[in-house]
Amino acid sequence: MSTAATSKDYELDGEPHDQSKDFLTIMIAEQRFGIPVLQIEDVLGEQSVTNIPLAPPEVAGSLNLRGRVVTAIDVRRRLGMDPCKDGEATGMSVVVEHDNELYSLIIDRVGDVLTLKEDMFENNPPTLDSVWREISGGIFRLEEELLVVLDVPKLLNTVHS
Amino acid sequence: MDDLIGEFLTETNEFLESLDQDLLGLEQNPNDKELLGNIFRLVHTIKGTCGFLGLPRLETVAHRAENVLGRFRDGDLEVTPEYVTLIFESLDVIKFIVGAIEETGSEPEGDDNPLIAKLDAVYEGKEVPKEEVAAEPEEESIPGMATEAELEAAFAAAEVLPLDQQDSIPNEEAAPEPEPEQKEAEAESPPPPPAAPPAAEEQKAEAVKKEAPVTTQTLRVNVDVLEDLMTMVSEMVLTRNQLLQILRAHNESDFAVPLQRLNHVVSELQEGVMKTRMQPIGNAWSKLPRIIRDLSIELGKKIDLEMRGQDTELDRQVLELIKDPLTHMVRNSGDHGIEMPEDRVAAGKSETGKVILEAFHEGGHIIIQIADDGKGLPLDKIKAKIVSNGLATEAELAEMPTQQIQQYIFHAGLSTAEQVTSVSGRGVGMDVVRTNIEKIGGSIELKSKEGKGSTFTIKIPLTLAIVSALIVESAKQRFAIPQLSVRELVMASEHGDNKIEMIKGTPVLRLRDRLLPLVSLDELLKLQREGIPLTDHLEATNIEDEQDAAESADAAEPQENESEKTEEKQLAQNQYIVVTETGAYDFGIIVDRVYDTEEIVVKPVPKILRDIDLFSGNTILGDGSVIMILDPNGVARIAGEIDANDAADSATEDTAHIGNSQQKTSLLLFSIGGTTPKAVPLSLVARLENVKTAEIEHSSGQMMVQYRGSLMPLVPYDSSVQINDVEEKPVLVFSDKERSMGLIVDEIIDITEEHIDVQLSSSQQGLLGSAIINEKATDVVDVMHFLNTTHDDWFKDHGDEAYGSAAGAGKKRLLLVDDSPFFRNMLAPILGIAGYDVTTLDSARDALKMCEDGARFDVIVSDIEMPEMDGFEFAEKVKADSGWHDTPMIALTSHATPADIDRGMQVGFTKHIAKFDKDTLLSALSQTLIEQHKAEQPGEQA
Repeated sequence: MSTAATSKDYELDGEPHDQSKDFLTIMIAEQRFGIPVLQIEDVLGEQSVTNIPLAPPEVAGSLNLRGRVVTAIDVRRRLGMDPCKDGEATGMSVVVEHDNELYSLIIDRVGDVLTLKEDMFENNPPTLDSVWREISGGIFRLEEELLVVLDVPKLLNTVHS
Repeated sequence: MDDLIGEFLTETNEFLESLDQDLLGLEQNPNDKELLGNIFRLVHTIKGTCGFLGLPRLETVAHRAENVLGRFRDGDLEVTPEYVTLIFESLDVIKFIVGAIEETGSEPEGDDNPLIAKLDAVYEGKEVPKEEVAAEPEEESIPGMATEAELEAAFAAAEVLPLDQQDSIPNEEAAPEPEPEQKEAEAESPPPPPAAPPAAEEQKAEAVKKEAPVTTQTLRVNVDVLEDLMTMVSEMVLTRNQLLQILRAHNESDFAVPLQRLNHVVSELQEGVMKTRMQPIGNAWSKLPRIIRDLSIELGKKIDLEMRGQDTELDRQVLELIKDPLTHMVRNSGDHGIEMPEDRVAAGKSETGKVILEAFHEGGHIIIQIADDGKGLPLDKIKAKIVSNGLATEAELAEMPTQQIQQYIFHAGLSTAEQVTSVSGRGVGMDVVRTNIEKIGGSIELKSKEGKGSTFTIKIPLTLAIVSALIVESAKQRFAIPQLSVRELVMASEHGDNKIEMIKGTPVLRLRDRLLPLVSLDELLKLQREGIPLTDHLEATNIEDEQDAAESADAAEPQENESEKTEEKQLAQNQYIVVTETGAYDFGIIVDRVYDTEEIVVKPVPKILRDIDLFSGNTILGDGSVIMILDPNGVARIAGEIDANDAADSATEDTAHIGNSQQKTSLLLFSIGGTTPKAVPLSLVARLENVKTAEIEHSSGQMMVQYRGSLMPLVPYDSSVQINDVEEKPVLVFSDKERSMGLIVDEIIDITEEHIDVQLSSSQQGLLGSAIINEKATDVVDVMHFLNTTHDDWFKDHGDEAYGSAAGAGKKRLLLVDDSPFFRNMLAPILGIAGYDVTTLDSARDALKMCEDGARFDVIVSDIEMPEMDGFEFAEKVKADSGWHDTPMIALTSHATPADIDRGMQVGFTKHIAKFDKDTLLSALSQTLIEQHKAEQPGEQA
């Protein structure tokens, strides 16, 4: 991913006729997800995470990011998937800000930044798994596969419910 | 120059600057209420403060200006450029005086009468005197052209000032307008004469002061800057630690010395930056004694100000924000709260009133209390004010509880002072106080009793504050415990003086003749011990439980001891106990290791973790790791709940699952000789003691022992208990309030949790019947019987005839309401044995809640003497309108007078039973139920 391209695309995004958006793609259990680039604060490698007792299972713990406390969310658990097998995960996480608090979403792998056009977008299929429907902001039809837009606020809002 | 004056000058200069801006804004938007309020408050503050500092000239001008502003605020007077100019003029005079004070340390002499006359004229509603209009004709003739007025002001400001005068107003951008300038010129000339008489030293002193102007002594830095600094320092500490780590790997390095130096510097830097944020609250209080002193002289009152907890550290930002409100409130307490000495004496109080200011940490908050023993809030006057201000109608007020009415003093424009004094009484104070406190996420509470005094409690969240915390470790995880609630540390080991002992798996510690309940941190937090994944661990404990059960079923002594030992061993290896104080109770937290104390900056817990009561925040330690801060109050709550469950004594639990018959009871098993094991509800046992037989004394045929400074009667379970040939005997101590008794037994076997299902009732004295406990036939002991043998007054004497079949067909649901856990626990099994399905609650309030929730009972047994809501009130409520109005109620009371019984009947109790009269209670119950049954025929079958 190149920052130059990102910022350029972002400028284009400002123009009303160009309906495209940048997404950072992430992989969880062979499924490609996308998070709007503008929501992302940071991408981290493996971090030492402090366990939080009694926390909901999807809360992996908390970590220190430049003096701020970040809550780590195990996205796999949140989505009701099995824990990662050894060797499959890189321990990478994507840091997002929500309600003035930082969260790091632990995912399997981080992919490229894609600029996606609005005409490739589709709403969630009504038959989608209910947990996924909750956190999915819609689907992009990529050429080879499908990309699920991760709705970060929804993902985090429903963590404790 | 006095510190107070220095502070006042700095503050006032700031105020004046923002006042200039605000006034210009107001001229453009005459209807901006918020702006007007702001201006009013600032002028009010200036006036208030200089009143105490003894600056009469300044005070007079500010006071008159405030009068006019007050009329603006009340909407009596339209904000016109003409009036605004007048206020500007007043400000300029204030600026000039402030400048002079800064230079000479005292007010310049001069005459403000022309200005005051104008202000008074406006205040009284007259037109501004003609000369004023003539002085600035342009402005008057083009009303609404505010920009021009502004320009003119600016222009005027730029106009030539006499040199000496410019000096006298340092750091002031906006200079006086021509008009006041003349006055100032007048004012300027007089100062030399009064300055001349004093000795030369004083002039020298003044010269020194001039060299160091007050305004430069402090530097105001935006807290955001400090916050950023803090973050960066934390990062630096992190990096330093990493560097040191690397250095340790290389024995000889050229970097060693400079890194060592860096290490120190960074530590100091960290400390320094931390310090910039924190200040003891005493700093904000330093003005107060003087204010109170002056106030008492001015008003002729006698007031003592007592300050406690000055060292409580507060975040600078918080401190700044609460400083003014605190000053206001203390002033209010002195002015409105404390009465005149004559009145105090007449009211039977000491002549000198007391204002107590106290600050402390509590439950993750900083609490500041301002209490006075004065006259309290005059409710009638508040009511009258509320009505006259149109905040509520008289009818609405009649409905409101006192507390709510008192809250109205926090509304803008409501003052209960009869007269508007120069001190307070304009109704600006409490409004500002609340605004400021709420701005930082705090709250203010008020308790007041007319004639007794008022207490204001300000609660400020900890999130902005720093605390000293003890870092502990449990199951390889570290946690911080706020140092303030830590009383001491105890190391416990199996062979040392301090040994952790177990009661039914609940660890306790003997600490200086007191039993300290312990909470194991790893159990509380469900931490995983190394290597064992949580689920496995749980399974493991389940297996252990089963083993326990199997073992106790055997009731074989050696095995039992062994299992106890292993359990203890698990606990006892080098364990530390953090003795913790909370509002609720003291307890010890068992941890594996104790590290140092560290100053930590508390960060709020992320929202998704707010439900966890145990943490008050989290923090980043010096080494960069994130750790959770334990909230001792939360721990006490959670641990207490667990305890309550164990004792089968939790009202909430009962509410949760109605149909109490399945509820388990903790039982203490003991043996007498080789016979059937005996059981007694554990909740009835206050303590287990080993009494040395040599210490047993005899008095009038009763065995006694000196126990905790008083005599405790001892009763052997039966004649087979051998006392003489052994050194020590185990004793079960039962106690309620001051009375205790000990039951001597042969051996204590175990504690178990079972549902008591008495299968055979017994006619033998002292036994309730037999039940299967731990798969063994066990005698359930009637504690009442033994209590009766020692304390005649404890229980009304009664025969021990076997009770008849109390219940009709099917189990009757019975609700027992009694605030004393002792009797609740004693009666519940008895009633259960008699065939009732018993639910116990400890307060009438809970019972009514349960009623609302739709629970139904066949009969209610209620205590009369209960806190909060007594039995009479409870019955009235039940009978008045509730789903239980048909349910018969039986009253229990320890001292029933005929009047009580009459009252009981009136409010709806069917029967009045003397407490502890088991048999009468049981027969009354069955009789009542039979009557009820008859009455309901042919209605629904209960």
